[in-house]
Amino acid sequence: MGYGIKLHVWGDRACFTRPEMKAERVSYDVMTPSAARGILEAIHWKPAIRWVIDRIHVLNEISFDSVRRNEVEGKISAAQVKSAMNGRHVALNQASSEERQQRMTVMLRDVAYVIEAHFEMTDSAGATDNPEKHYSIFSRRARIGQYYHQPYFGCREFPVNFELIEENDVLPSSVYRDAVERDLQWMLWDLEYGSEISPKFFRAVMREGVIEVPDLHNREVRS
Amino acid sequence: MTDIQVEGQERQTEDSPIPTINRHEFTIFFDVTNGNPNGDPDMGNMPRIDPETGHGIVTDVCLKRKVRNYVELTREQGEGHRIYVTEGAVLNEQHRKAYRSLREEDVDKLKELKPKDRAEAALLTHWMCDNFYDVRAFGAVMTTKVNCGQVRGPIQFTFARSIDPIFSQETTITRQAVTQEGAEKEREMGRKHIVPYALYRMDGYVSGHLAEKTHFGPEDLELLWESVINMFEHDRSASRGQMALRKLIVFEHASKLGNAPAHRLFERISARKIVDAPARTYADYEIIVNGDQLPQGVTLSER
Repeated sequence: MGYGIKLHVWGDRACFTRPEMKAERVSYDVMTPSAARGILEAIHWKPAIRWVIDRIHVLNEISFDSVRRNEVEGKISAAQVKSAMNGRHVALNQASSEERQQRMTVMLRDVAYVIEAHFEMTDSAGATDNPEKHYSIFSRRARIGQYYHQPYFGCREFPVNFELIEENDVLPSSVYRDAVERDLQWMLWDLEYGSEISPKFFRAVMREGVIEVPDLHNREVRS
Repeated sequence: MTDIQVEGQERQTEDSPIPTINRHEFTIFFDVTNGNPNGDPDMGNMPRIDPETGHGIVTDVCLKRKVRNYVELTREQGEGHRIYVTEGAVLNEQHRKAYRSLREEDVDKLKELKPKDRAEAALLTHWMCDNFYDVRAFGAVMTTKVNCGQVRGPIQFTFARSIDPIFSQETTITRQAVTQEGAEKEREMGRKHIVPYALYRMDGYVSGHLAEKTHFGPEDLELLWESVINMFEHDRSASRGQMALRKLIVFEHASKLGNAPAHRLFERISARKIVDAPARTYADYEIIVNGDQLPQGVTLSER
């Protein structure tokens, strides 16, 4: 456990889509542990390690914004495929076309968080994998702004700016530091990738701007 | 440390050396004169506006559409430059092409196709990447009924935002003809929403590692810049007014992982209005690009 990291992340917009409201995306109030994990993995990850999110600090006021966009439906009927195979074209940009959907995204704006996390070694760890090495790689990359791919807040159009918080640094202050408790209800914890992918949920409660994230084996995490 | 191996066996089928690219960040400035850069379906097609600040917004997908259209127009669906999400194509039909090139059997008769195993899924994905420029650049979710897997592309666009709050103007227009026969009236009226003038900025990202995975090479990157520079030149229409790309600023890192935080690079670029009156031309703005003492390994270029 000695290798905890703290990462300050912020951006103009974010959408941590609620699984129950996916067709017209509606974001959770705050970043989910799974989104936080995705951000860390974008910076450094190997099969040898598994990131575990310990705490999420919510720094900015939770506020929403919405945007409606033209999106493609993706799936089309066999009849349409057939007509296209016979040389006819089905236009994507016709308003009457079934391939076009206007979808709303209710997203967060001006977000900033501190992710507190550590990693555990997995069964895939080889002889050359040790915690020090991965900790150093992550810290170095986060410090100089390197990444494997640009991390994002839920959707790729919402990029994440990030900065490593060094061990002796003071944590950025949260607007909720005086708010004793705010119940954020049941929230996606992460997907568990076993033989089948199963979503896990937890009861997110923000105390003084900080959400404690239980670990997988905790009874608070449920399918 | 070879990051390529991170996600399993995907690249084992590849042995030919494909030219790779490093990480890039880029910023574009474009403007609109008497036009509507991106209509909001929620607001009766008025220009998109951030309701809290009044700044104009152009979505990421709107600009990606223009890149696709440019590539489709200039490369004419040539070898390796097909466009997957065109304005008149059928998605599943494209998937079938992938299966047809890989399987002997008659794939056309099957209603649903699923890759037999991971190896075939990887082949299909690579086939899609190699043939379709937009899949290679932006990625694509190909988990439709005819399953080709999922690709995450190296290019990441964001929402463009105007430098200053925009003022959207509604103009009423008349037409000296009527739509329906037998109408009593002699002319009809319509409405157009225009922004008299606005300068927008968008920041974008190119991941070197994801580029390697989708085989997005230096030539593809060059085509991306070409498309970005010309994206409004072939997108003229009555609603758009006059739109032009004013500046493309590219930060190139000396490595795939990058050499400096993206936000620090973007902070070097700023734009401000230099007149007291409402801005009406590009000359009313000053764009400052601070290229002094760039972090080591980062080069800046303007086009």
